[in-house]
Amino acid sequence: MGERDLRGLIDKVKTGSMSRRTFVRRMAALGLTAPLATQLLAMGGVAMAQTRAAYKPTKRGGGGTLKVLWWQGPTLLNPHFAVGTKDQDGSRLFYEPLAAWDPEGNLKPKLAAEIPSRENGGLAADGKSVIWKLKRDVKWHDGKPFTADDVVFNWQYASDPATAAVTSGTYNEIKVEKVDDFTVKVIFSKPTPFWADAFVGTRGMLIPKHLFADFIGAKSRDAPTNLKPVGTGPYLFRDFKPGDAVSGVINPNYHQPNRPYFDAIELKGGGDAVSAARAVLQTGEYDFAWNLQVEDEILQRLEKGGKGRVNIAPTGNIEHIQVNTTDPWTEVDGERSSLKSKHPILSEKPVREALAMLIDRASVEKHIYGRTGVATGNFVNNPERYRSKNTTMEFSIEKASDLLEKAGWKKGADGIREKGGKKLKFVYQTSINQPRQKTQAIVKQACQRAGIDIEIKAVTASVYFSSDVANPDTYTKFFTDLQMYTTTMSQPDPEVFLLQFASWEVATKENKWQGRNITRWRNEEYDKLFRQAQVELDPLKRAGMLITCQDMAVKDQAVIPVVYRPGVAGHSNQLQCVISGWDNNTWDLSDWYKEA
Amino acid sequence: MSRQYLIRRLLIAIPALFGISVVLFGVLAMAPGDPFEELATNPAVPPEVRQALRAKFGLDDPIWQRYLHWLWAMLQGDWGFSFTSRMDVDTLILQRLPTTLIVIGSSQIIAIIIAIPIGVLAATKPYSVFDQIANTIAFIGFSLPTFFTGLLLILLFSIQLDWLPFVYRADIPGSGLPWLWEHIKQSIMPVMVLGLFQGASLVRYVRSAVLDVIKLDYVTTARSKGIGERKVITKHVVRNALIPVVTLVALQMPIVFGGAIVTEQIFRVPGIGSLLISAMLSNDTPVVMGVTFVFACLVILFNLIADILYGWLDPRIAFR
Repeated sequence: MGERDLRGLIDKVKTGSMSRRTFVRRMAALGLTAPLATQLLAMGGVAMAQTRAAYKPTKRGGGGTLKVLWWQGPTLLNPHFAVGTKDQDGSRLFYEPLAAWDPEGNLKPKLAAEIPSRENGGLAADGKSVIWKLKRDVKWHDGKPFTADDVVFNWQYASDPATAAVTSGTYNEIKVEKVDDFTVKVIFSKPTPFWADAFVGTRGMLIPKHLFADFIGAKSRDAPTNLKPVGTGPYLFRDFKPGDAVSGVINPNYHQPNRPYFDAIELKGGGDAVSAARAVLQTGEYDFAWNLQVEDEILQRLEKGGKGRVNIAPTGNIEHIQVNTTDPWTEVDGERSSLKSKHPILSEKPVREALAMLIDRASVEKHIYGRTGVATGNFVNNPERYRSKNTTMEFSIEKASDLLEKAGWKKGADGIREKGGKKLKFVYQTSINQPRQKTQAIVKQACQRAGIDIEIKAVTASVYFSSDVANPDTYTKFFTDLQMYTTTMSQPDPEVFLLQFASWEVATKENKWQGRNITRWRNEEYDKLFRQAQVELDPLKRAGMLITCQDMAVKDQAVIPVVYRPGVAGHSNQLQCVISGWDNNTWDLSDWYKEA
Repeated sequence: MSRQYLIRRLLIAIPALFGISVVLFGVLAMAPGDPFEELATNPAVPPEVRQALRAKFGLDDPIWQRYLHWLWAMLQGDWGFSFTSRMDVDTLILQRLPTTLIVIGSSQIIAIIIAIPIGVLAATKPYSVFDQIANTIAFIGFSLPTFFTGLLLILLFSIQLDWLPFVYRADIPGSGLPWLWEHIKQSIMPVMVLGLFQGASLVRYVRSAVLDVIKLDYVTTARSKGIGERKVITKHVVRNALIPVVTLVALQMPIVFGGAIVTEQIFRVPGIGSLLISAMLSNDTPVVMGVTFVFACLVILFNLIADILYGWLDPRIAFR
């Protein structure tokens, strides 16, 4: 299906001769659905559908206490400082963004009166501005009204470099203007196809101006409200012990009718994932558990307890193997894996192709991850409309051997291939984590049979994922031939995610290995296409460009995708909750309720 | 015991604490890891933010500068500022202290309540059936690590029988008897795990201490004076036998705080131990420093307490 056909379909949706639902389903059949398919409709001029929430309770409160388990408890409750999802999830009990991402990637209004679209004049034709209309009659927990000033303030707060807000990446390249008390305008410096970043989802939670105005920039850490959130959310703050517990009580003035259902919420932190799964799935002591990074086999066994079930939500997180394009074993100008070097063996295309064929993804999925890791040949897997159909994930030891044979790598007496005195031998590193070591073993075994010697290396996670400039074993230094870890895609759009193949993002000694491009893979064509995609307003063309970008990197084996990791949560059978992989676990907390 | 002695002991503690802090700080500063590593793997966070945060919290300064900074703040009563929670370390520790004291305190009391009578009884009738059984059980008790007995209890009482909760909640709402009952219910397992482990090793200590004393001449003398057996044991034997036991209990206290870390993790008890673990995992050096420093102070404090208790139990021991 070409671009023109898609346009035809969008027109049909516009005129009403095709429902949104049918459109999305049709896109799914083409591998083009999902989160941003709806943004695609928005850019095509069709208003976004509001998610139909089958919220049943007919009055506020009366649901008792909701008990949820986060096996790593939130350590701070200011969304602009939230280091991990645990902190964002915790902040989300009290703070809300203008709009949130539902599992299908639709925007659901929270503090916005409506989602901006071309129809309602929210989206500018040149893609350089967005107008948000705010919901009226929203009150902060302390009774002060929520207005456009608060929204503008959040931009000032997060974009001030002295604040060092974790969200600054979202806010420091935009401008925000107040149009009137309940309208704000977000202005971009260049056409921005992915406009729904600022004030949306995980990075969009809004803090009140009247309590933070005196604590902007360097003074940000002294704000008393950092520890006692005052937001607009469904629960009022009651108590917070970092890493242990967060609790809240019902907000009697919440801006959505009949919500929330629960009278109080208790979020308990600490412990480990397995016992958290046990407390929800097997004993029913808790109603919900977050991020159950547990082997699927165990989850299935616990589910037999009959108290709860596992909830799996699509995300863009991908466990992948990176292939070093530079030489990690020789120092050039005092730097290993220097840009000036080329990997002596991995620079040969047939070797990389053979390696990609030696990853038995099906076995990794089946024997290690189960439902929690799906075999894939793509680096970008979700939203589905960005999932490429042009890649393969074949596992064949024979074909790989053939390729190597043809490239002149002959087996020696020890079964290891060699060419011109060089042995076909690689060091393959990852963090210490049981599923990863099992994956390493599967890869090593297949490689051995094809005549490649793999030396396995496992580094403690706290070293491997640190940015310690003095330590040679960090993942950003990548001083080995191959390495494997999971990288996360936090937005339902792959643009920022695909920056990791851009040549200007290369991690080097000069930038203290802070660049996003760790494989050091560089390709002029990629750079050019990526830069075009960044300003391409036509969502279909842009999606096509970004897919081509990921294909370039994957087909050149800069990375070899292994499995993508959906979000896994567990909840009791009675609890009705919708979990989205594109937003926080607690994104829709106001709509959670228990069925009798 | 004189006041002079106390003051001297406290003064000696100062250089000790100073030395401890230097070593702790050095080890922590040299250990690998980065409190903001989670930001590093998130491509949506620009690297400048991480750099700015490192600079803001002084992580890029040389170690000695950071140490002097810490020391100066500490001398003024400022325990530091947590990287990951952005709040004062002393507040964090104080938040956790009551739970730790309740759980560890009650487990110690249980250990003592169990150990002293059993140890004394076993020693008065050495090699009897009772002694044999007590010995065997004590052996099993202190051979089993707490993480094992903890899981065993959870499997039995939470999962099979469904009697007790295995997630400890420090802030159960409510009041009165039901509230108290909830607290007791959730404390039973962690307190038992810790108490039985401690008690098991104490039993053997008490037994051997009593055995040593019971054969001494003055006990025979006391008996020959016609004092009842009961009085001989409580007044003459136990009091003297307790001296080494007191040392053991006092010196074990800091270890108990540390040993509770595992139990706290299993039952999600929000004590100081679990604070230490999570701070270590997230490389939150000021918190690790604060907690370990508290432990160091405890060691010194309990040493002193042990010494003072000696004098009370045995007036012949002089303080000079």
